[in-house]
Amino acid sequence: MNRIVKRFADLKTSGRKGLIIYIGAGDPNLEATRQLALAFDKAGVDVLELGVPFSDPLADGLVNQLAAQRGLESGTTTPGVLATVESIRRESQIPIVLYLYYNLLHRMGVDQFIEKAAAAGVDGILVLDLPPEESDQYGQWMTRAGLCAIWLVAPTTPEDRIALITRRAQGFIYYVSREGVTGMQSRVSETIGLMTARIRAHTVIPIAVGFGISNAEQARTVAASAEAIVVGSAVVNRIAKLGKSAELVPQVSSFVRELSQAIKA
Amino acid sequence: MSAIASGVFASSAMPDTAGHFGPYGGRYVPETLVHPLQQLEDEYFRAQKDPAFQRELDYYLREFVGRPTPLYFAERLTRDLGGAKIYLKREDLLHTGAHKINNAMGQILLARRMGKTRIIAETGAGQHGVATATAAAMFGLECVIYMGAVDCERQSLNVYRMKMLGATVVPVHAGQKTLKEAVNEAMRDWVTNVRTTHYILGTAYGAHPYPVMVRNFHRVIGDEARRQILEQEERLPDLLIACVGGGSNAIGLFYPFLNDASVKMLGVEAGGEGILPEKHAARFQGGSLGVLQGTRSYILQDEFGQIQLTHSVSAGLDYAAVGPEHAWLKDQNRVEYGYATDTEALEAFTRLARLEGIIPALESAHAVAAVIQRAPQLPSDHLIIVNLSGRGDKDVMQAATKLGLTMPV
Repeated sequence: MNRIVKRFADLKTSGRKGLIIYIGAGDPNLEATRQLALAFDKAGVDVLELGVPFSDPLADGLVNQLAAQRGLESGTTTPGVLATVESIRRESQIPIVLYLYYNLLHRMGVDQFIEKAAAAGVDGILVLDLPPEESDQYGQWMTRAGLCAIWLVAPTTPEDRIALITRRAQGFIYYVSREGVTGMQSRVSETIGLMTARIRAHTVIPIAVGFGISNAEQARTVAASAEAIVVGSAVVNRIAKLGKSAELVPQVSSFVRELSQAIKA
Repeated sequence: MSAIASGVFASSAMPDTAGHFGPYGGRYVPETLVHPLQQLEDEYFRAQKDPAFQRELDYYLREFVGRPTPLYFAERLTRDLGGAKIYLKREDLLHTGAHKINNAMGQILLARRMGKTRIIAETGAGQHGVATATAAAMFGLECVIYMGAVDCERQSLNVYRMKMLGATVVPVHAGQKTLKEAVNEAMRDWVTNVRTTHYILGTAYGAHPYPVMVRNFHRVIGDEARRQILEQEERLPDLLIACVGGGSNAIGLFYPFLNDASVKMLGVEAGGEGILPEKHAARFQGGSLGVLQGTRSYILQDEFGQIQLTHSVSAGLDYAAVGPEHAWLKDQNRVEYGYATDTEALEAFTRLARLEGIIPALESAHAVAAVIQRAPQLPSDHLIIVNLSGRGDKDVMQAATKLGLTMPV
């Protein structure tokens, strides 16, 4: 069984909420990415979202843009990220989703990319700038490889598109809780509950809510209306501050553990 | 059988209803923008069929923008080159100084129809930014223009113009600080403020419906040129030449001639310092198929799909991707694509100024460079139309430095 599907099934059985953590791969380098992944597994993270650095991340806010830039500067390539997933897999079964822009798959050949990702031990792929309308073969290839195609739903998504997206969704639906790029917010959106209810009318697939969650209190609030939460920029920001310091892995995992405890308690 | 061999180019069939030009184009955007783009598409096609909208647009193009523009016989340039007869389509004479206002005016009327109160745009050379700021000022709409920090510097005159017009100019410091980064930043703004804001994309690029919409707002260039050459010469031209950044002025000139099989077309990209990685912006020379900023087309990228740096003396052509319809027209062998280097463009800039009393934009100077190459090889009964897409006031300081001109003391 796909690791994402299994993890959400286990969470449901235990009545717990899921924690999805996003980091930029190769920030500050791929060895740090590997160590963070292993530490996250022990700190209560349910799904690791690995951002593959791209030169033009137009859906990302400044924090994640800078992470992508550091990733590229440390020499991170897409094959390098897949090799890192492979090395994480030797020690951990943490579900892994690649979060990336379409040109990176397109350049490698989308079907070939999917096969290589599956072979490396990736469990799902989220392509930021690939809407379902442009993705017929992508869906088929993902299914064939046993990977979850993760799709976004946004506050601007109308009813008929929610239906279209939920029909294709595998693993979980990623609800982007506000209009805008990725980034931290001092307040999380208040319409989350309404929107997750609208999505739920179409599907039984778990819903993860992200974009803007930056602390344990917000995590707890948002988790009340979804199966899982996604925290990205708040973690990436800590990685940015710590860089190559020896404190990187312990401090970031301690923040992540705090989030985990907040939603799982 | 190719479209050319059959003698008819089915231009009206492109793009398909999802914005594809063959394998190019489409709508590759984050989910937040899919529905707003659908709404824009619906509203645009409604407006296109609405006589009241067309009347309003025609009125402003005539009374405010200054259409039609002359198709001017460049007698001295023709004699100097000693070959084909050269006509200049004088888009440089439009209000604000370039063809960009055709599209900015069309889109601002559309934004008003959609009840949007805030306008954003990207700009490279600043001509699209100035056109957008002008249209926004005219209708009293808030306006924010994103411009690469390097471009702000090399096109500072246009930055001041935009500010005079009441727009906020936001310099973009990411990446190589030119047009591509300005587009990224404009997209980020749009994703965040999409309910109140219309994004006036300035070229025949990006997610559907932008390539088709921008083309249609600029086809007035080719429609006029076709009528004018038939009046003046009583026949169609043999060759059309235009520079190609994203490709809006070129597609505007070419489109109405696509079904005229005898009319050849040449798009001129920026050859920069020569066709070496990161030294040019000639996507059809060093580029490959990719997806960037909403559409599938030829882009300059490395083996992993990271977008490569570009270079051109002209900010408006200094861009890593080309409009999807141009990619399609190249595949169909309907349009030939060549390039002019920085040096050739600067020579053409000076030559047109001295021979015809017209200082072209550095972008348009690339098209003039191509005519300087081609015209002498063609017979004197051949007719060439060059799209003089913009005037060069904005480039005078930069060119003066490059050419070593000094102030008299």
